[in-house]
Amino acid sequence: MTRQDYELIVIGAGPAGLAAALSAKQHGLSRILVIERDKELGGILNQCIHNGFGLHYFGEELTGPEYAGRFIDQLEGSGIEIVCDTMVIHLENGDDWRIVHAMSTENGYQCLKCRAVILAMGCRERTRFAIQIPGSRPAGIFNAGTAQRYVNIEGKMIGRRVIILGSGDIGLIMARRMTLEGAKVLACVELLPYSGGLNRNIVQCLHDYDIPLYLSHTITNIEGRNRVQRVTVQQVDENRRPIPGTETYYDVDTVLLSVGLIPENELSREAGVKIDRRTSGPFVYENLETSEKGIFACGNVLHVHDLVDYVTEESQAAGKAAAAFVLDGALTDIGHVIEIKTEPTVSYTVPQAVRVNEVAKSLRIFLRVNKIWEETSHIVFRDGDNVIARFKRDYMAPGEMENVNVPRVLLDRVKGDMLYVSIEEAQR
Amino acid sequence: MFDVAILGAGVSGSALAYQLSRFHLDVVVLEKENDVSLGASRANTAIVHGGYDPPPDTLMGHLNVDGARMCMELVDRLDVEFRKTGSLIVAFDDEDMKEVHNLYDRGLQNGVPSMEILDGEEVSRREPNLSKEIIGALWVPESGVINPWEFTLAMMEVAVREGVELKLCEKVIGLKRQDKGFLIETERGTYSARYVVNATGVHSEKIHNMVAEPAFHIHPTRGQYYLLDRSVGEVVNSVVFQCPSPLGKGVLVSPTIHYNTLVGPDSEVVEDCENTSTTREALDDVARQAKRSVPSLQLGSNIRNFAGVRANSDYGDFYIKISAPYFLDIAAIKSPGLTCAPRIATYAIELLREAGLDFKEKETWDGTRSVVRFKEIPEEEREAFIRENPLYGRVICRCETITEGEIVAAIHRPITPVSLDGIKRRAGTGMGRCQSGFCGPRVLEILARETGKATEDILQDKEGSHILIGDTKEGRV
Repeated sequence: MTRQDYELIVIGAGPAGLAAALSAKQHGLSRILVIERDKELGGILNQCIHNGFGLHYFGEELTGPEYAGRFIDQLEGSGIEIVCDTMVIHLENGDDWRIVHAMSTENGYQCLKCRAVILAMGCRERTRFAIQIPGSRPAGIFNAGTAQRYVNIEGKMIGRRVIILGSGDIGLIMARRMTLEGAKVLACVELLPYSGGLNRNIVQCLHDYDIPLYLSHTITNIEGRNRVQRVTVQQVDENRRPIPGTETYYDVDTVLLSVGLIPENELSREAGVKIDRRTSGPFVYENLETSEKGIFACGNVLHVHDLVDYVTEESQAAGKAAAAFVLDGALTDIGHVIEIKTEPTVSYTVPQAVRVNEVAKSLRIFLRVNKIWEETSHIVFRDGDNVIARFKRDYMAPGEMENVNVPRVLLDRVKGDMLYVSIEEAQR
Repeated sequence: MFDVAILGAGVSGSALAYQLSRFHLDVVVLEKENDVSLGASRANTAIVHGGYDPPPDTLMGHLNVDGARMCMELVDRLDVEFRKTGSLIVAFDDEDMKEVHNLYDRGLQNGVPSMEILDGEEVSRREPNLSKEIIGALWVPESGVINPWEFTLAMMEVAVREGVELKLCEKVIGLKRQDKGFLIETERGTYSARYVVNATGVHSEKIHNMVAEPAFHIHPTRGQYYLLDRSVGEVVNSVVFQCPSPLGKGVLVSPTIHYNTLVGPDSEVVEDCENTSTTREALDDVARQAKRSVPSLQLGSNIRNFAGVRANSDYGDFYIKISAPYFLDIAAIKSPGLTCAPRIATYAIELLREAGLDFKEKETWDGTRSVVRFKEIPEEEREAFIRENPLYGRVICRCETITEGEIVAAIHRPITPVSLDGIKRRAGTGMGRCQSGFCGPRVLEILARETGKATEDILQDKEGSHILIGDTKEGRV
C-alpha cells in the first residue's frame, strides 16, 4: 500500500463495498482504497454457494461466489487499490479529512487519511444469549452463518440431528444444506406467527424436504453436558410467552440459530455516526450520507437486506454520492430537509431523511412492514393531514423489503419537515 | 513418589501450587478436567472482596484482608487483568442502613482499610445510574474486579514452569494410606505422594470422606449471571452490592475488567454439583433483583448467561485443616475464596510445615509472568511491534480485538489448551458480543495447526464437547 492520501476508503469488500468502490471510480474518483478483513474479496457471498443471486440485477441465477466474481473481475485493472487480511479498528472523523486506523501482518499499523469513507462492514448474527435461551452451554449450538462457513468453506460437518430456531433465510438455506449432507433436520421453529425468510426459501428449503415449520414456537431449554442432547420446544402466546403444557422434546445434537442479523456499527459509533434504533444502522440522508459529513453507508451495515441485488444498487448510489462529495465538496446550501417518520405499521425506512434539493427526479425509499398484509393495501406518505403519495401493494410481509419511488414534484409539496409513512388497507 | 499431591486445579489448588513451586519439593497437581480453572473458579462474580462481610471469628474473616492485599500484589507480578474499582454496599431503608453500620464495624474488626459510610446524595453523585431510593452505602475502596480464570491459570503456569507437574484429565477415584503417605487412584492410573491436599471445591466432601470421618456437608449452590455488552456504556463504576442476607452476598451489578457489566448471582442449592445450566425462572429473578439497584438496567444487551456452582457448606467457614495424617483439607471454599486463595496457600504451607513437611527454598525462583495484549500497546508503538511480530497484525477476534499473535502465544505457554474455551480463557477471544460466531472457526483452525491436531479433535470446552464431526461429502474427496 502506498502512503498517499486517498479520496475514498471503502471499509469492507463484500457485495456492498465492491459495488460502491466501482461506482465511485466510474463517477470520477481515482484514489480509492478498499479494505477487507478476510483473506479474499466477496464477503459473506463466498459461503453462499446456493443459487438465486442476481435474478433482479443481472437477470440470471447465480451462486454467491459467482455474483461476487462479476464485481471482482471488474475491479481488476480498474486502478482501485485493495488490501485484504486487514482490519479497520478505529475511525476518526475530522473536518476535511477522515482517518482510518487499519492493521495487518503485511502493512503493520496504519493511520490512513481520506476525504470520504464508505461504511460497508455488513452485519453479524444474533446469538443464543441475545435472545436468552436458558439451559446448559454445550458444543453443538451454532449461528446458522457460522455453521454455513464450517460446511461450505471448511468442508466440515457439524452434526447429525438438527433443529433450527428462526426462519430467517440463512436458517432455511442451512436446513436444506444439512439435509443434502446427510443430516436429519427435525424441525424449523419460529417465534413469530410468520416466517422472516423469503417465501421461495420456505418452499425450496423446507417443503421440498418435508421439514416441518412450527410458527409461534420457540426453544425454551437446551440440555446436554458436553454436546447438545435435547431441546425443549414450546408454543408461545400472542405476547410471545411460552404456553405451559405445550412442551415437546427433540433429541438432537445440533441447534442452528437464525434469529436475526445486526448491522455491525461499532466503528461507525466511534466516528460519531448517529445510529437509528429501528435499523441498528446509520441514520442516512437521500444520498446515503450519514449524520457525519463525508461518511456514507450501504449494504447490510445500513440495514439488513433480503436480496443482494438491492445491496448492489444501494451501494452504487453510495459510491456515486461519495464521489460527488469528494469532487464537488460538502453541501453548502442544505435547503428543505424532511425527516421520514414511521407510523406503527412500518418498522423502518431508508433513508430516514431527505434534503429535497438533492433529489433529481425521484427518491427511492426502502421500507419494511411489521406484519403480513394479505389484502390489497397502500403504502401512504403524509405530511400531517395531506396525502403526498400512495403506493398500492397486493401482498406485503416483513421478510420482503418494499421499495417505492417518490417523485421530486411530490416531495416539493411537503409542508413542514416531517413525512409520515404508514400502511393502510385499501378501501373497497 | 511426590512430596505433595494437590487434588484440584481451581484457584485454591493453583495458588498453593504457585507457592509450593518456590521450594525444593516434588509436587503434582491432579485435575479431573482437561484444563485449569473449570469449576467455580471460572464462573463466579470475579471480585477481590474488601473483607467487610465475613464474621471476624472465622477463618474467612482472618484471611480476607490479607488475601485481598496479596491478590493486588500478585496481579502485578503475574500480569493478570485487575481494576481496583472499590465496592458499594447500598441501603434502601433504615434497616439496611443498620446493616451497613454493622458491616462497617465488622470491616474494622477484620482490618479493612479506608472504609467510609456515604449518604444517598454522595452515592448518587458517584453512581448516577443507581436507584434514587438508595439512602446510603458503605464504600470499600480496597476491592476490585479481576479476571478469575486468568488469575488461576497464571499461578498454575508459573508453578508448571517452575517444576510442578500438572496432570489433566485425572479424576481421583480412590485414596489409600501407605506407610509413607498415600496411593492415589485415578480413572487412568495411580500416583504416590507423601502429603495429599484436597482442593476439590464442590467435590471436597467426597474426597475428605475417603480418608477421614465426615466433618462437613457441601451444599452445592448455583448462581446465575448475565454479562452485558459494552455498548450500553459503563452502568456502574464500582461493584454495587445490596445488603447481604443469609443466602449470600445477594445480586450485584458490577463492571468487569473489560468494561462489560456483570449482573448476578442468585443462590439455589442444587443436587448435582456440576449442574451449571441456567433457568428462565432464576434469570428473571436475578433481573428483578438487579433492577432494584439499577432501575434502567438494559438486559436486552445481554451477551452471555452462565452459572457457577459454589461449594457452600453447613460448616459456615472454610474447612482448612490437617484432617488425617498427611492429609490437608482446603475444603468448603466458598466466597470469598477467590480473594483468599493466595493467603489460604500460605496458611496451608504453615499447616503442612507443622505436619512435618520440610520446606527448603530454591536458590532461584521466578514468580512472575507477562503476556502481550495488543489492545494495551500504545498506538505509536503498534507499527514497530507488528513489524517485529507480524502475527500481532492479524485481528482474529474482532469484538475484543484479539490478534493471532496473542492466540499463538497463549497456545505455547506452559499449559497447552485443547479447546476454544481454553483459548478464550487465555487470550480473551469470543468474549464479546458475537460470542465467537466469527472468530470460532478461525481460532479452531489456529489451535489445530499449532498443536498438530485434526480440527475434529478440537473441543468447545470439556472432554467430549466436539464441534466438528467429520468431513462433508465434498470435503471427503
